Amino acid sequence: MKTLVLLKQTFDTEEKIVLKNGKVSEEGVKFVINPYDEYAVEEAVAIKEKHGGEVTVVTVGPPRAEAALRTALAMGADKAIIVDDETIFGDEYMISKVLAIVAKRDSYDLILGGYMAVDDGAAQVGPRLAEELGIVHISTITNLEVEDGKVRVEKDVEGDIEIIEAATPVLLTAQQGLNEPRYPSLPGIMKAKKKPIERIKAADLSLNIEEIHSKTEVSEQYLPLEKTAGKILQGELPEQVSELVESLRFEAKVVQ
Amino acid sequence: MSKDVLVVAEKRNGNLRNVSFEALAAAKKIADGGKVTAVLFGQGDHGDAEQLGHYGAAQVYLVTNEELNDFSIDAYTQAFTEVFNIVKPDAVLLGHTAMGRDLAPRAAARLGLGLVSDCTEINVQGDEVVFVRPIYAGKAFQKKKITNGIIFATIRSNNIDKGEPDTGRTAETIEHKAAITDIRTVIKDVVRKTAGTIDLTEAKIIVSGGRGVKSAEGFNPIHELAKALGAAVGASRAACDAGYCDYSMQVGQTGKVVTPDLYIACGISGAVQHLAGMSNSKIIVAINKDPEAPIFKVADYGIVGDLFEVVPMLTEEFNKVPV
Repeated sequence: MKTLVLLKQTFDTEEKIVLKNGKVSEEGVKFVINPYDEYAVEEAVAIKEKHGGEVTVVTVGPPRAEAALRTALAMGADKAIIVDDETIFGDEYMISKVLAIVAKRDSYDLILGGYMAVDDGAAQVGPRLAEELGIVHISTITNLEVEDGKVRVEKDVEGDIEIIEAATPVLLTAQQGLNEPRYPSLPGIMKAKKKPIERIKAADLSLNIEEIHSKTEVSEQYLPLEKTAGKILQGELPEQVSELVESLRFEAKVVQ
Repeated sequence: MSKDVLVVAEKRNGNLRNVSFEALAAAKKIADGGKVTAVLFGQGDHGDAEQLGHYGAAQVYLVTNEELNDFSIDAYTQAFTEVFNIVKPDAVLLGHTAMGRDLAPRAAARLGLGLVSDCTEINVQGDEVVFVRPIYAGKAFQKKKITNGIIFATIRSNNIDKGEPDTGRTAETIEHKAAITDIRTVIKDVVRKTAGTIDLTEAKIIVSGGRGVKSAEGFNPIHELAKALGAAVGASRAACDAGYCDYSMQVGQTGKVVTPDLYIACGISGAVQHLAGMSNSKIIVAINKDPEAPIFKVADYGIVGDLFEVVPMLTEEFNKVPV
């Protein structure tokens, strides 16, 4: 079983957002593997441990993203690819076109990724890549079993579970609950240092940048209005409770 | 310039979803006098078409094929592409639901289009349509537009006013049989865990529990309050990680981002990643023992106290008929 894992390095979810010159500042920010992609890495490694095979992780991003690849290698992935080239850092349309070219250089039975990234939250790259590769995808999976050229997954559909089967090759996106990602072990970290990371530029992929250019554009980024603290109710508890109910009914008018 | 807009409507548990009406409201704005067409795949009927008409569709395609009775990405992408090629819209809108999240990017890729997903606001400036969407789960926002080709977007539930239905309006209804081949996924079974519950992302009121709930049983008073309010039940990551509840209930930057009219946080301290998922709610109530808990910084109303004492009292109070 050859597996490709799509990975994005994102801000840790405990980070607050600071804008500098209209852009999200990366100063002093702790970066992690996008939590949903981390489930994908764990699942790929667990499948390899059970059924054998090879796990490749790929990211499109700046040099700092190599740290996320190293973590994935330390978790048990075998090799990594980074497409580090500003000319192709575009929208989901562009990124999925680039990933498709990378994926086509080899043949994978399984492509795994998070169902979305916690920064952009677009949830597009997985389905788009599957379409570019002409393979089927199943998104937001919470369980995966692999057997002879076939997968059986549990897919979360807004709280309900569908049990779905498909033949490989298939692209699957991970939902929370799929597994508990492992922490890299010390030997894992040591081994990861010797595992290969391939660094690719657009030129290496013989891309026609004009053909795959982004179809969307961000014109502005801004922070929401800071929420001001409201009132802490005072008095005896029963009084507080009835004051709250009154306020919600007649002041805020959010309850009938 | 007027635009023809195609809206993919959807049903859940037999009813049209609110987000479909919200998408129609957005479509009317984008259309600027152009034609708004709604399409319903699978088990749509004339009652649905009538309702979609009331909310602004001039034309409704009821697309059938037995492969469309349940969602599969292959069947829906084929049926969508077929209708898209008949209607030839200038813009396409879907709800950012399980279906929309799956279908929109796949269809956009098939048609070679850009897509702006999970929009919370739409601004029409002359000929230009600018979408507002949250990034970092609402810690920041961005304005985004399609620069090349057909406008394509998914919209988040509960953010765009669906407006009042106009029962005098009727839509032209077209029944269409789609041609569908080669479905590569098979649904073996469906486990309905949500029967009778309210979907978090569409709920007007949410009652959530955190670490302070202390156990799975500790969620009982939360459920009671939710029942009294007709609310959905959510949870913080701490509560999910501790095994008190299912991950499908998690609200936060991982988990669901929600924007209800009322969010009641019980025993939730307010970690940054939780606040990102709920702080754009209209009214926030916090109940927590710790007066220093960060959740109080975003709350409109706070009660410092033990949730096991406060929540049952609230339930009782809400169950009283207002005077």
